[in-house]
Amino acid sequence: MNSPSGTGAAGGVGAAAEGVPAVVSSRFEVAEGHTLVGYKTSGSYRGYEALRAVLDMAPDAVTAQVKDATLLGRGGAGFPAGVKWGFCPPGVWPRYIVVNGDESEPGTFKDRLLMERDPHQLIEGCLIAAYAIGAAQVFLYVRGEMPHAQERIAAALNEAYEANLVGQNILGTDFSVDIVLHWGAGAYIVGEETALIESLEGNRGMPRLKPPFFPAAKGVYLQPTIVNNVETLSNLPWLFNHGVEAYRAVGTEASPGTRLIALSGHVNRPGVYEVPQGTTTFRELFEAEHYGAGIRDGNELKMFIPGGASAPWFFPEQVDLPLEGRVVGGEGSMLGSGAIVVMDHTTDAVRACLRVVRFFARESCGKCTPCREGTTWEEKILQRILDGHGRPSDIDLLLDVADNISPGPYPVAADPANGLDAVPFPPRQTTICPLGPSSVAPITSAIRRFRHEFEARITRRDPIPVTAEPVLVGAGAPADEVSDGAPDAASDGASARLRGTFDSGAPAVPADGPRVMSLGATPGTDAPDPGGSEPAEVRDAGAEDASPAAEEPTRKRGSFDV
Amino acid sequence: MARFTPENEALAREVIARYPRPKSATIPLCHLAQEQDGYLTEDAMAHVAELVGCTPAEVLGTASFYEMFKLHPVGKYCLNVCTNISCQLLGGEELLERAEERLGIRAGGTTPDGMVTLEDVECIAACTEAPAVQVNYRYVERITPEQLDTLIDDLRAGRSEVPPHGTLGTTRQRTAGRLANVTPPEQQGEPVWIARHRVAAEASGTGETS
Ligand SMILES: Cc1cc2nc3c(=O)[nH]c(=O)nc-3n(C[C@H](O)[C@H](O)[C@H](O)COP(=O)(O)O)c2cc1C
Ligand code: SF4
Ligand code: FES
Repeated sequence: MNSPSGTGAAGGVGAAAEGVPAVVSSRFEVAEGHTLVGYKTSGSYRGYEALRAVLDMAPDAVTAQVKDATLLGRGGAGFPAGVKWGFCPPGVWPRYIVVNGDESEPGTFKDRLLMERDPHQLIEGCLIAAYAIGAAQVFLYVRGEMPHAQERIAAALNEAYEANLVGQNILGTDFSVDIVLHWGAGAYIVGEETALIESLEGNRGMPRLKPPFFPAAKGVYLQPTIVNNVETLSNLPWLFNHGVEAYRAVGTEASPGTRLIALSGHVNRPGVYEVPQGTTTFRELFEAEHYGAGIRDGNELKMFIPGGASAPWFFPEQVDLPLEGRVVGGEGSMLGSGAIVVMDHTTDAVRACLRVVRFFARESCGKCTPCREGTTWEEKILQRILDGHGRPSDIDLLLDVADNISPGPYPVAADPANGLDAVPFPPRQTTICPLGPSSVAPITSAIRRFRHEFEARITRRDPIPVTAEPVLVGAGAPADEVSDGAPDAASDGASARLRGTFDSGAPAVPADGPRVMSLGATPGTDAPDPGGSEPAEVRDAGAEDASPAAEEPTRKRGSFDV
Repeated sequence: MARFTPENEALAREVIARYPRPKSATIPLCHLAQEQDGYLTEDAMAHVAELVGCTPAEVLGTASFYEMFKLHPVGKYCLNVCTNISCQLLGGEELLERAEERLGIRAGGTTPDGMVTLEDVECIAACTEAPAVQVNYRYVERITPEQLDTLIDDLRAGRSEVPPHGTLGTTRQRTAGRLANVTPPEQQGEPVWIARHRVAAEASGTGETS
């Protein structure tokens, strides 16, 4: 039972679509892919050949190729790696590289696979980067809670040192660099690059204020330091084997190459998939047989997180967006760490929101007040709402606390049914690092769409109605505008709500009447299982007469300040 | 109790030698101490401080920041149940409750026999394999409620292959005599291969310097 690593029997791992090159995942299913021999004899290129080629190039030329390829950082911010390398101030030595293997953003599962299954690929990537920028040392910072990854990397490094691939005069050249394996000890915030550096120096993992100094100028020991994500560096061997052109042939102009996407939650085939950036859409990931294969049990999609817990949520209207950082950013969220969490219509928005917020409250490092106090209050308020002790003013209080962490309109997806536009990414912050503002993402996302669920938690005794359908804000709308089995007039094909089973488009519920949430005017029919501890999914088909507006005096249009 | 044994002290010195500044070895050394004793003792922190050249309070200051360092004894097995979003969606919170019930303790507690400490943890990077738990940070993925029961019974009975709490990666990086160039930053200059290319570029009049 103690499976050392994460292949799902039911899910997939690796490149799935035909015609998509396996840039980083080609050895995921190779039993000996983690050994030096395995690395040299299997996969989509021969191991350490790229290093040989690179050692014949000028270091600047290596950086130039990485720039030309537009290798975007895969750790969250999506910054081009080659450009970042170029930020090291000229003539300042020594320089260091820190590899960010602290993977802990909820929903994210890819760096652990890369470290466990293809450690030599990462090591070769580190060597190429070290050669290019002139690093004296590479620190490979692996999350503490990943002993198997630590073992695989330690074994690979020992092999590589023995084979003269790391250390003194690598492959007989004048290139010398050490790669040091370092483990963390359990703290999400250490994934933030300046906190990572503090931690590496032996301190509490608290972020440094930036500006003035970014790690590329003053990082470890206040020396120029490049922090790159595991997946970012793992792209380099393939890139230097197959060339910039082949790399750019995949994906789009702005986002070339592939990405590992961890698809989790309510899909039939959760898994880690290598997909082309920019061209793949969320819908394809959710529906295609070789990816998610549809929402579980033929359920409706309610919402999804497109880029890890820090990302504002998306809804059925956004499923046709491509996995392209700029597009997703403009629509109010981010691709972040390549973690997509799918939630079907049975998901309780309040409960999901609390869980994500609780994460940030627990992981706040405490260095700045808005985050330390604000996340604590957010959690407390949400917890009491969930427990049935909420106060009518709590929803606005939540938004007010959130506004003190991230002032102004917070990035959020468009809500066409209510005529609300998207607020583009990124959020503003009153804090030292983006963790505090990240805690606001689930709150604004969930309240904007599912305010009625929060209100119901506060005002009702009955099981909480949970559906994929937001209730219209200021719901004086005629019933036929609210929703039914067919895309409504306002939405064209692209923004049509998904319903029913994903592929058939068939309604999952009989469309025998407009489905209006009954909030308060509760016919006895919607308390199916009073004993159930699970929040019941309640649909109130045929409740034409329900008039949420009359029952909910606190809800007002535009109260959500975007 | 529990300064480093001579073998572990030798190991500690090898670890320190990998870093340009000794204090960087604080976290690895705290892990080593925890591997030796099952948790992080005061004596061990004092010893770490001596070895890396800081005060015991600084070591405590660092160690107390990190979840994995236990300043009090814990069970032989730490059972970590992930309840974060991907796992929550597939029953992680229910699994935690079930574990609490079966063990008769709350998350954070240790069974009276000292075998199992139960923890409610944040995402452990197994989200596509949810719900996931760890035993001393070794994964059990897509676990069913019944499998969790069996796992708990096995742990209480000591039937587990997993090394006791404190031991992480069992393969160590071996660096003794192999390191190329670890020196404090102030003793490091421009790397040779960079200098070589810079000189060549300057000679041919084409180069920018990096
Ligand atoms: C709160 C927080 C947590 C982060 N966690 C991680 C992480 O676990 N892994 C990671 O690679 N980057 C993480 N990042 C992003 C890093 O700060 C940094 O941008 C990244 O490692 C740079 O690598 P890249 O340019 O190759 O993407 C985090 C950022 C923040 C603000
Ligand atoms: S925003 Fe939160 S996590 Fe970031 S520095 Fe401030 S207190 Fe720490
Ligand atoms: S949410 Fe449980 S492993 Fe990621």
